[in-house]
Amino acid sequence: MSYLIGKDMCGGYGGADILRGCTVAVDKGEIAVVVGPNGAGKSTAMKAMFGMLNLREGSVMLGEQDITRLSPQKRVKEGMAFVPQTSNVFVGMTVQENLEMGAYIREDDFTETMEHVFELFPALKEKRDQPAGELSGGQRQQVAVGRALMTTPKVLMLDEPTAGVSPIVMDELFDRIIEIKKTGIAILMVEQNARQALSIADKGYVLVTGENRFTDTGEALLASPEVRKSFLGG
Amino acid sequence: MATDFLNALILLANFVIVPGVAYGSQLALGALGITLVYAVLRFANFAHSDTMAFGTMSTVLITWWFQSLGISFGPLPTALLALPFAIIITIGVVLITDRTVYRFYRSKRSSPAIFVIASIGVMFLMNGLVRFIIGPDDQRFVDGERFIITARNFKKMTGLDEGLAIKVTQGLTIVIAVILVIALFWFLNRTRSGKAMRAYSDNEDLALLSGIDPERVVMVTWIITAALMTIAGTLYGLDKSFKPFTYFNLLLPFFAAAIVGGIGQPVGAIIGGYVIAFSEVSITYAYKKFLKYLVADDWAPEGLVQLLSTDYKFAVSFIILVVVLLIRPTGIIRGKVV
Repeated sequence: MSYLIGKDMCGGYGGADILRGCTVAVDKGEIAVVVGPNGAGKSTAMKAMFGMLNLREGSVMLGEQDITRLSPQKRVKEGMAFVPQTSNVFVGMTVQENLEMGAYIREDDFTETMEHVFELFPALKEKRDQPAGELSGGQRQQVAVGRALMTTPKVLMLDEPTAGVSPIVMDELFDRIIEIKKTGIAILMVEQNARQALSIADKGYVLVTGENRFTDTGEALLASPEVRKSFLGG
Repeated sequence: MATDFLNALILLANFVIVPGVAYGSQLALGALGITLVYAVLRFANFAHSDTMAFGTMSTVLITWWFQSLGISFGPLPTALLALPFAIIITIGVVLITDRTVYRFYRSKRSSPAIFVIASIGVMFLMNGLVRFIIGPDDQRFVDGERFIITARNFKKMTGLDEGLAIKVTQGLTIVIAVILVIALFWFLNRTRSGKAMRAYSDNEDLALLSGIDPERVVMVTWIITAALMTIAGTLYGLDKSFKPFTYFNLLLPFFAAAIVGGIGQPVGAIIGGYVIAFSEVSITYAYKKFLKYLVADDWAPEGLVQLLSTDYKFAVSFIILVVVLLIRPTGIIRGKVV
């Protein structure tokens, strides 16, 4: 049993279902990557698992708990964190204030967590008093991930964290994500850069039209001729 | 020659600078309320100035009651003692309005246009309520000392021909405005609730993902706005007089100030308040006497050298508003337009 499981998920935004019985799961200390062509329902699956979309069928389990009906805010309290693809920082607030807002629900002292985030992303420490809106794209993503880490979540969900950043920045961000994984957090992410993402993935899901097409380790998917031919461009 | 120059300066200070700063502070406090509601609730609150009239009316009634009991505040106006009670009443009324009107549209995620129209409804309601309770007439409720410095004492002290009078109400307006602005910025930048308010205004969805409770943010915003408008209204009423229709008319300069400064930006609202106030006061002031001090006698102007009659002072805010919207719609400090 994995720590977070979205099982047989069906649902959409009203009208036809976008998710048609797909299953996505991730365990602690593991990176699971969801890839697939445009319109496959990757982001929708993420939203459903975070409670931003109501499921018509299927369930979401966190540990032993059924969280299918919990609101996103309640899921945050249960130890889940989500980094949206766009507008994922408070642009008018400083880097430090962004991190403080990430820790909003915490009543205890969070200076240690903030130090951890600054260790992970040293560039942010230097720019802690700058508005997040003035940072480069890559650093903004760091703020976004840092904000999500401030609740010390057990599950970190990332919706296309490398969209629109340069290859160098992308590599660095993936390195950091591996570091985060090593602290025992379950990481689930959707990625457009499928090849690179699968290369760091413990588990990979290829979704097509809302259904699981292939599920295997990242390595095996990268090696599979079928996956290569249809999704990775040969 | 030097005394002529000093006289000219004092004349200007007495009729333009001191009234301008006081009026600007009143506008700044009003515009701050409009900007906060816009930033957090994302709509232009047309009921602002009429709710301000309601708050001021509460102050007036409590002041009268205190006066009848023989309570006074020495040299300061009794209204200052009544103010905290009036603020509490206004907060109550504003929160009831939010619960009965705006919350419904918030839960439906209505567009800002619907909120604006709802706020116009609230405006008419407040408008009627105030006239029903206190009537449409001019009410004076100021007591205590009238002047910090009178023109006569100033002349005696300095030996100049021109006097500088500073009213107690003007001094109070400026001191209270400075304290309130410092307190507000401290709240927004240093406290957890204040930061949550800014975060919610900045990015609503991300604020929700961070576990910030939107209803709490909205409530805090209304409480601050209600306090600001009751204080601004009371200061304006003390400085001039309380008449419901005048308060309704203040809506235009308030919006002009908020938009000129950059709507949704508290610093902008303050800058905008002074820009509008000084434009109004300096354009409607007759410069004849001022120029007489500065130029040779036979150059003295014959006319009043008044750019615009005071009857047209609202045209000033209106023109500034239109020009800003045409040339720089985001305002002086880049505000956000929903």
